[in-house]
Amino acid sequence: MPVLEREDARVWRRRTTGESLIRWFGWLLGVAVFVYCWQIISASTTWFFVWDAPRIANDIWTRATPPRWEYITQLGRPIWDTLNIATLGTMIALCLAVPVAFLAARNTTPSALIIRPIALLIIVSTRSINSLIWALLLIAIIGPGVFAGVIAIAIRSIGFCAKLLYEAIEEIDHTQVEAITATGASRWQVMAYGIVPQILPAFAGIAVFRWDINIRESTVLGLVGAGGIGLQLSASLNVLAWPQVSLILIVILAAVVISEWVSAKVRGAII
Amino acid sequence: MLRLQKLTKTYKTGDQALKAIDLDVPKGQVLALIGPSGAGKSTMIRCVNRLVEPSSGAVLLEDVDLTKLGAGALRKARREMGMIFQEYALVERLTVMENVLSGRLGYVGFWRSFLRRYPQSDVDEAFRLLDRVGLLNMADKRADELSGGQRQRVGICRALIQNPKLLLVDEPTASLDPKTSRQIMRLITELCRERGLAAIINIHDVALAQMFVPRVVGLRLGEIVYDGGPNGLTPDKLTEIYGEEDWEATIEKVEDDEIEAAE
Amino acid sequence: MSDITLDQMLGRGWKKPPFVKRAWLRWTLIIGFIVYLIAAVSTIEVDWGRVYDGLDRGWQFVLAFTSPDFTSRWTDIWEGLLESIVMTVAASVVGILISIPIGLGAARNIAPLPVYVVCRGIVAISRALQEIIVAILLVAIFGFGPLAGFLTLSFATIGFLSKLLAEDIEAMDKVQAEAIKASGARWTQWINYGVQPQVMPRLVGLSMYRIDINFRESAILGLVGAGGIGATLNTAFDRYEYDTAAAILIMIIVIVMALEYLSGIIRARVQ
Repeated sequence: MPVLEREDARVWRRRTTGESLIRWFGWLLGVAVFVYCWQIISASTTWFFVWDAPRIANDIWTRATPPRWEYITQLGRPIWDTLNIATLGTMIALCLAVPVAFLAARNTTPSALIIRPIALLIIVSTRSINSLIWALLLIAIIGPGVFAGVIAIAIRSIGFCAKLLYEAIEEIDHTQVEAITATGASRWQVMAYGIVPQILPAFAGIAVFRWDINIRESTVLGLVGAGGIGLQLSASLNVLAWPQVSLILIVILAAVVISEWVSAKVRGAII
Repeated sequence: MLRLQKLTKTYKTGDQALKAIDLDVPKGQVLALIGPSGAGKSTMIRCVNRLVEPSSGAVLLEDVDLTKLGAGALRKARREMGMIFQEYALVERLTVMENVLSGRLGYVGFWRSFLRRYPQSDVDEAFRLLDRVGLLNMADKRADELSGGQRQRVGICRALIQNPKLLLVDEPTASLDPKTSRQIMRLITELCRERGLAAIINIHDVALAQMFVPRVVGLRLGEIVYDGGPNGLTPDKLTEIYGEEDWEATIEKVEDDEIEAAE
Repeated sequence: MSDITLDQMLGRGWKKPPFVKRAWLRWTLIIGFIVYLIAAVSTIEVDWGRVYDGLDRGWQFVLAFTSPDFTSRWTDIWEGLLESIVMTVAASVVGILISIPIGLGAARNIAPLPVYVVCRGIVAISRALQEIIVAILLVAIFGFGPLAGFLTLSFATIGFLSKLLAEDIEAMDKVQAEAIKASGARWTQWINYGVQPQVMPRLVGLSMYRIDINFRESAILGLVGAGGIGATLNTAFDRYEYDTAAAILIMIIVIVMALEYLSGIIRARVQ
C-alpha cells in the first residue's frame, strides 16, 4: 500500500515512488518510439505533394463527380463474380476449417503432441496473411481470374473460421458429451450427438460473419487481378477515369452495407 | 451381478479418490451411495463405466472385467449400464425425442443415428417411456425448454431405453427442489423395481436415501465406512461418515417422511 | 395438446421436426441455394491446363518454405519490414488516441445527440471503406510513400476501435457510474472514475488486437504504393523469386505470432 510516512503525516499515493518512475519511464519510451517512427515516415515523404494535397483532392473530386451512371451496365458481371468469390470461398473455407478446428481443439484433438501443433500452424499461417497476398501468390501459380480469387478467399478464411470454431469447441459443456459417451456411442456418434449440436449456433454465426468480411475483401481482389469488381476499379484507375472510379466505389459501398445488413439479419435469426 | 474388487483411482495430482473399494451389488438391488463431497462417490460410479479410468482393481459386470475391455467391447458393455446425471446432461439443443433416442446410440450404426432413422421398435419404446414419465406431449420440444424435473425425467428415459441391467445415478436430485426430488427418486426406484434393475444412486441427501432405498453404503475419503440398511444409520455412523454434527434432527425427520410416503 | 395418447403414437414413425417449419419456404430456400450454386460454379472460368501447369510452380513455392532466402534481397526486406513496423506503430498510436474521444462521443449513454450523430457518422464511413481503397485514394492525393499508409491505418483504427469502445461504454454497469456522479464529480472526473475503470481492460485488449491487424494490413498497402513490405513482396512474386517471397511471408507470420503472444500476456495482466 503506497501510504508514505512523511514527518508525522501519512500521505496516500496511488502508486509507490518506484512504480511511478517505471510508469513515467514507460511513457517517455513510448513517446520516443513514436517520434522516431514519425521521423522515418516524414523522411520518406515528399512534403511538396502533401502541401499540395488539398488542391489535388479538390481536383479529383471535381473530376469524379458526377459518377458515370451509365457505366453500371458493365458492372453486372463483375458484381456477380464478386458475390461468387465471397460465397464459394467461404463455403470451401468452412469445409476445410471444420476438420482443422476439431484437430486443434484440446478436447477433441487425437494427439495433443503432434497433430494439434500442425493444426495450430495451419490456423496461424493462413490467418496472418492477407487475402490479397494469397491472391498474388495464386495468380503467380494458376494465373489470373475468378478461380484464383475463390481459392485466395478460401485459404485466408480457413484460419479465421477454424480459430473461432475451435474456441467454441473448447467451451462446450463436457457433461453432455459424457452422457452420450455413457450410452455406448462410438467416437463419431459422440461427435454428432454430443459436440455438434452444441457448436452449431457458433458455426452458423461464424459462417455468416466471415461471409460478410469476404464480400468486402473480394471487392478489392481484382486490384491484383483475381477477378471481381476490383478489376474494373483497377482498370479505371489506370486510365484515370475518375467518374467510373466514383461509381465503382459507390457500388462497393452499397455491397458492403447490404452484406452487413444480411449478415446481421441472419445472425439475429439463428441466435 | 456387479462386483468391484480392490477398485482404486489415483488422480494425476496424487489424490487418491478411491482406496481399494470392494463392493457387491446383486441383481435387482437398489443401493444408495452417501458421503460428503469429495468422498469419491462420483469417481466410483464413473469408474464403473470407465468415464474415469480406474488406476487398478477390477469391475466385474456379470463376470466380465470391464477394466480389461478394448474400445469396441467397452461400448457394448456401456449399453448395459444406463447413467443418469446431476445436471441432467441432456444435449440441450436437441429435442426431447432425440435425447431419448440417443440412448440407443450404442445399438444403431453411425449413419442411421446421424440421419435420425431409428428402427420403429426404438421409436415405439421411446414413446412408451415418455408416456410412462408423463412427457409424451413434450416429444418435439427442445430440451432446454423443459423444467428441471422434466429434464431429469428425459434423462431417465435416455438411460432406460438402453435396456440396461444396471443404472448408475449421479446425484439425481442435487439441482431439484424437495418435492421434485422425491418424485424423481420415487420414479427411479419404481422403474428399477418394474424392470428388475440394479442401481447405484449417489446421493448426498441422507433422509431422501433412507426413504427410498433398502441398502446404504457410506463412503468417506475413498473408503467404505458403512454398508447396511437405512435404519442402521445411527448418529454415530453418520458422524463417522460426515464428521461431527447433531444428527438427531435429520433422523427424526426421516421417520416423519416415511409415514408420509407410506400414506 | 394433452389429448395425444400413447396408442396414437405407437407404430408411427418419428422424424426430427425440420428447422424451417413452413414447407414451401424450406423447399424454396433449398432449391434456391442449389440453383445459385450451380449458376455460380458454372460461371467461373477455370483454365484447367493453366492450373495443371501451375501445380508444379505451387509445389516449388511450398518447397521454397523449406529453404527461404533471407540474404539476397535482405536490404529490401529489411527496409520494407521496418517501414511496415513504423507505419503500424505510428498509426496505432494516433488511431487509438483519436478513437478514444470519438468512442466516447459515439456512446449514446454519455454523449448528447448531435455529438453522437457526428461520431457515429465518422465510424460508419471509416468502417465501410476498406483499407486498400482508402490507401489508393490517399496515394493519389498525398503521393507514394508511407505517409499514405500511415493515414490509412490511422483512419481504419478509428473506425474499428471507436465502434467497439462505444459499444462497451453503452454496455457498462450504470450503477457504478451513477455512484461517482452522486459524489458531485465533474464530467471529466466522472469519465475518469466512473467510466474509465470499467472499459479500460477491454480497451487495452482491443488496442492490442488492432495493432496486430494494422501490421497485417501494412503488409498489403505496399501493393498500391502506400509503403511497407507489400511492394517488396509483390516484386518477389513478379520475378518468381519464391524463396524470397517465402522468407518475407515467414517473417510476417513470425511477427504476427509474436504480437499475438504479447497481446495475450498484456491482456492477462490488465484483467
